[in-house]
Amino acid sequence: MLLDRLKAGGPAIARQGILIAFIVFMIAFTFMSDRFMTADNLMSVFRQSAIIGVMALGVTIVVIGGNLDLSVGSMLSFATVLVVDLHDKIGPELAIPAMLLATLCLGAVNGFLVGILRLNSLIVTLGMLSVIQGLVLIYSGGQNVDIADQQGTWFAVFGRGAVFGIATPIVIFGAMALFFHVIMTTTPFGRRVYAVGGNPTASTFSGIPRSRVVFATYLISALCVGVAAIMLGSRVMGSQNNVGQGYELQVLAAVILGGTSLLGGAGSVLRTVLGVLMLAFIQNGLILMGQPYYTQWLVTWAVIIVAVWLDVAAKRGRLLSPIA
Amino acid sequence: MTPPDTVKQSRQMQDDGPAAPPLPQAAAETLPGGTSARISLFRDNPLVRWLMDNPIWGFVLIVFVFFSFASEHFFEFSNVQNILVQTSTIGLIALGMTLVMINGNIDLSVGATLALAAAFAVDVQSWAVFASWGNWQILPAVCLALLVGIALGALNGFIVWKTGVDAFIVTLGAMLGIRGLVFVYTGEQSFYAMNFAYSDFSVVSVGPLPVLALIFLLCTLAVHLLLSRTVHGRNTYAVGGNREAAVNAGIRVGPHMMINFMIIGFFAALSGVLLSTQMGAATPNLGRDYELWVITAVVLGGTKLTGGKGDIIGTFGGVLAIGILRNGMNLMQVPAFYVYVILGGILIAVLFLDKRFNRTANGGLRL
Repeated sequence: MLLDRLKAGGPAIARQGILIAFIVFMIAFTFMSDRFMTADNLMSVFRQSAIIGVMALGVTIVVIGGNLDLSVGSMLSFATVLVVDLHDKIGPELAIPAMLLATLCLGAVNGFLVGILRLNSLIVTLGMLSVIQGLVLIYSGGQNVDIADQQGTWFAVFGRGAVFGIATPIVIFGAMALFFHVIMTTTPFGRRVYAVGGNPTASTFSGIPRSRVVFATYLISALCVGVAAIMLGSRVMGSQNNVGQGYELQVLAAVILGGTSLLGGAGSVLRTVLGVLMLAFIQNGLILMGQPYYTQWLVTWAVIIVAVWLDVAAKRGRLLSPIA
Repeated sequence: MTPPDTVKQSRQMQDDGPAAPPLPQAAAETLPGGTSARISLFRDNPLVRWLMDNPIWGFVLIVFVFFSFASEHFFEFSNVQNILVQTSTIGLIALGMTLVMINGNIDLSVGATLALAAAFAVDVQSWAVFASWGNWQILPAVCLALLVGIALGALNGFIVWKTGVDAFIVTLGAMLGIRGLVFVYTGEQSFYAMNFAYSDFSVVSVGPLPVLALIFLLCTLAVHLLLSRTVHGRNTYAVGGNREAAVNAGIRVGPHMMINFMIIGFFAALSGVLLSTQMGAATPNLGRDYELWVITAVVLGGTKLTGGKGDIIGTFGGVLAIGILRNGMNLMQVPAFYVYVILGGILIAVLFLDKRFNRTANGGLRL
């Protein structure tokens, strides 16, 4: 009887897999290191996860719309180099809007190719990854960029400052997460993104302008990258020209861990936040346990596979795949 | 060899709606002026037909001619050898990736597998147990490295089969995890090959051809024959074209996909071993981003991401295109930065042209 009840509740529990895994990890790490569950440590983890987190918000919205965005890594390199370089040339007040505009242009190119020309988003954003990386290298001439006067500029507030005692990156990340959550759940635009991702044909028959919605998702993703670049450039006060390399896959891992389906039409911005925090806490917990930093990748590997497996298994009702 | 027309037609109907009926040849020939007759003859030419089906080779021809004129050292035999050797790293993996992508899957972990295999190959040579073997130390090292690649591929394939999780996600996790294994195994150090016979292997030539180029060409031929002339190859198209139909037709889809993952794992390992012979070392960050280049080459060659379509000839063309571009631009002393932009742009252009020219007079909703 109890077994039947457990079996019936199995899928529902598995759907919350990521939340349960998160709680389990937090408890485990708390036991394994006494520095883990301290305010300082938690705040530090939140702060470090902000950059990937903000990028993951944008990518989540693109993925809900049924597409992928692999170009966010090199877009981050581009935006960070641009804002740091322009900071010394035209001042931060102009550099930030200029960089945001340039990044939005790149996002518009993505949106045009995927949304309006309807090309495959994996390949297009792969190509754009390469193109943008080349643009960064051409712009920077292969050099790294630095801000000259690192103490005297108010630009530092984004990466190094605090608002009401909480580090600015955390505030920005939290605010944006709430903002996008509200947009995706309450506004018509959010509903349209879910529709386009879930069933493009039906959404078109319902009168939703599919091209424009997809275009908008890529603009949002670019905007998120721009904000992340502000935080990154402000924190480091300089940039290597390939600083964002590899970020796109971490972001994607966080989105996947958050339970968003890569097929589109389902997912939640808040769950992505959970995925981002999960990745950050795994890294943090393992380091506090004295493990070398690369152990986190082994744990992440296992967590991704198990988390997505349970989610997929919950949806089809069977643990193992039915194909022979 | 392309899949039979019935499969092609059914896929067309799936994607774009019913195909337009072909123009009757008689109508073309009876039109006045003879222009249409000349156009239809042009299209009937088998070479032109082949070029339209595999546009990447037209591109390869164009860049080859362009660079032959633009740079004085391009059109030399030694440079052709160079191109073949330089592209063999990506090219070998691209052979396996073609199989996996025709299956409807993808493998993002090849770069990490390459690094792990290279690390094994270089490190095992110096194990104490083989100390007395002399130059024969290399053999167990290489075998172990290849086995590691096959095992990792089998693991990926097994997970994809049994859990039903999409290959993209499985291999994304594997890419992170296997890179972690590389760091665990190497302890963040680079390994250097002590045995000079190992690094001398990369400059050996068999007749006019460097041995690395020979291996690449032989493997290309082998995989081409596998894909076009064997049952496994035909099943690859079937599973990628329509997985449910393949299951219903009695193909054991799970083990089949696992075998293809093992093949790509083998090629990633082989590529890692050969790369480490060229470098005489194995570094923990080897192979980063290689998977992106491999996918670029395979897609340039005409393989569809959705599966069911593609061939080795096209992939070989895609690999050559990337190699010729990089080599030619190097010889023309164009800064390496521009290569990224150009390659990315070509990838997108190929996608766009493919979409444009393969939408023949079909109906299909213009959404």
